[in-house]
Amino acid sequence: MDPFVINIVIFVLAIALGVEVITKVPSTLHTPLMSGSNAISGITIVGALLASFSETFFAFGVVLGFLAVVFATFNVVGGYVVTNRMLEMFKSKDSK
Amino acid sequence: MLNMIYATEPTLTLALTTKDWLGLTYLLAAMLFYLGLKMLSKVTTARRGNLVSALGMLVAIAATFFQISGGESISLIWIVIAILIGGGGGLILAVRVPMTGMPEMIALLNGCGGIASLLVASGDYLRTSDAQLAGLPWNTLLAIGLATLIGGLTFTGSLIAYAKLAGSKFIPDAPVQFAGQKVLIAVLGLGSLALAGVLVAQPSAWYVLFLVAVLSLILGVLLVIGIGGADMPVVIALLNSYSGIAAAMAGFVLDNSALIITGALVGASGIVLTKIMCKAMNRSLMNVLFGGVGGAVAGGKGSADQGEARSFTIEDAAIVLDAARSVIIVPGYGMAVAQAQHAVKELGQQLESRSIDVKYAIHPVAGRMPGHMNVLLAEADIPYEQLQDLEQINPQFEQADVALVIGANDVTNPAARHDTASPIYGMPILDVDKARTVFVIKRSMNPGFAGIQNELYFKENTGMIFGDAKKVVTELSAELSSS
Repeated sequence: MDPFVINIVIFVLAIALGVEVITKVPSTLHTPLMSGSNAISGITIVGALLASFSETFFAFGVVLGFLAVVFATFNVVGGYVVTNRMLEMFKSKDSK
Repeated sequence: MLNMIYATEPTLTLALTTKDWLGLTYLLAAMLFYLGLKMLSKVTTARRGNLVSALGMLVAIAATFFQISGGESISLIWIVIAILIGGGGGLILAVRVPMTGMPEMIALLNGCGGIASLLVASGDYLRTSDAQLAGLPWNTLLAIGLATLIGGLTFTGSLIAYAKLAGSKFIPDAPVQFAGQKVLIAVLGLGSLALAGVLVAQPSAWYVLFLVAVLSLILGVLLVIGIGGADMPVVIALLNSYSGIAAAMAGFVLDNSALIITGALVGASGIVLTKIMCKAMNRSLMNVLFGGVGGAVAGGKGSADQGEARSFTIEDAAIVLDAARSVIIVPGYGMAVAQAQHAVKELGQQLESRSIDVKYAIHPVAGRMPGHMNVLLAEADIPYEQLQDLEQINPQFEQADVALVIGANDVTNPAARHDTASPIYGMPILDVDKARTVFVIKRSMNPGFAGIQNELYFKENTGMIFGDAKKVVTELSAELSSS
C-alpha cells in the first residue's frame, strides 16, 4: 500500500477514536480538556526537531525550524503545566 | 527529505530498522496520549491522565532526540536553545496566568500550535532542493500547502481571539463586520486552496507557498474578527480543532504517524467541543461564524411594554436568602469579569452554615470558553459535585426558594422558550424563573450580549440587585453573618 493511503487510514481511525473518547468527557472538565489536548497538539515539536536536522543547509529553512521548535515547546510546556494547575484545583467534597 | 536520512541509517542487528523502532516508539507515545485523554473523562483520574499524556510527549521527544543525535546534526545546540526559550516562556506564563486569564491563555496556546505547524511544513519545503521537490508525490505537496494554510489561519485567528478576550483597546469584543466580508472570506479561502493546488503542479514555485501563507494569515484575522465575545467558546473550541488538524497535516508532510495520530485526536476533540457549544446555543456553526450576533444592538427593546424591574437592597435580599431552604447560584461571565468567584464561595459557605442547600447551575456556554465557570469555581475551592449542568439542574429550579443569578444574562432569558421572534429562541436555557424568588446581580439594565432585553428582569418574582458582582456578593455575606 502507498504510505499516503496508510497515513489516511491512520488519520481517519484516529479521528473516530478521538470523537469516541472526547464525547465522554463531562462539561466540568472542558477547559482542562482543551488545554490538555492543546499540549498534545504540541507534538509538532517532533516534526520541528526532525525538520531542523537536515543535510542541505539552507539558512532561511533553518530559521523557520528554530522558530518552530520555540513555538512548539511553548505549546507543550505551557499546555501541560496550565492543565495540571487547573486539575489540581478540582476537589471533591470528601477531599476536604 | 527525511526518508533519505532514514535510508542512510545503519540497520540494527534485529530485523527492525531504526526507523521501525522510532515508529513503534511513536505508537507508544500515541497510546499514552489516548490513555491520558481517556483518563480526562473523570475528575478523579484527570490529573493523572494529564501526567500520562505528558509522559507520552516525553517519550516522543526523547525518541526523536535519539534519532537526530545519531546523525551528524549541525544544529543540536540551536535546538537546545530553542527548547529553552520556548519551554521557559511557556512555563513562566503557565505558572503566572491567573485563572480568570485562562481563555486568553488557551487562545495563545492554540496559536502557537498553529504557527509551529506552518513553520514545520514551510521550513521542510524550503530545505528541500528543487530536484527533490520535483520528485515529491502530489499528496506531500498538497499537505505542505494545507498545513501552511490551516496553521496560518489558526495563528492569526487565535491572536485576534486573544486580543478580544484580553480586552485589547484595538480589537473590540463586539463583532467587526463590513460589507462583503463573507465574500472576501470565501474568495480568500478558495483562492488559497487553489494556490495549494498550483503548488502540486509547480513544486519549485516557492512564491506560491509564500502567497498561501500570507492569505492564510489574513484569513485567520477575517474569520475571527467578525465574531462577538460571547460566541468565543465556539471559536476557542474550533481553533483548538484547527491546531490539531494542522499538526496532522504536518504529519502528512513528514510521513510521521505520531503527528498524524495525535493531530487527529486533538482535531476530533475540538470538533466534539465545537458541536457541544453550538448545540448549547441552538445555532449552527455557520451562524456562529458568520452571524455576527451581538453586533447591531436592537436596543433595550421590550423594556417599555414589560413594565418596571424591581430593585432590591442588600438588606432585603439578605432577609429573603436567610429564610430560604435551598438556593441555586447561577454564575456567568459577569462573575468572571468582576473576579467574584472567591466572594461567591464565601456567600455559599455562609448560606450552608445556616443549613441552606446550595447548588451551582452551569450553562455550557456561560463565560468565554467551554468549562470557564467550572474552572473559576474550582479555583475558589467549591467541590465539583455542587456544580450541576443544564440537564441536572433544570428540574430542580421549581423546588428552589432562591435562584441567585450572578452576571449571567442571555442563558437565563425565558424568551428562549416561547418567543419565536427572539434571536435566542430555541436556545436551551437555565429555568431560573421557575424558582420561587430570583435575584439578579447586575451592573445596570443594559441588554446582554445578544442585544436583547431579558424578560426575566420584569417578572414578578424577580428582584434586581444593582452593582458590581464582587461587591454585592461580599456585602450579602456580610449582611447575612451580621443578622
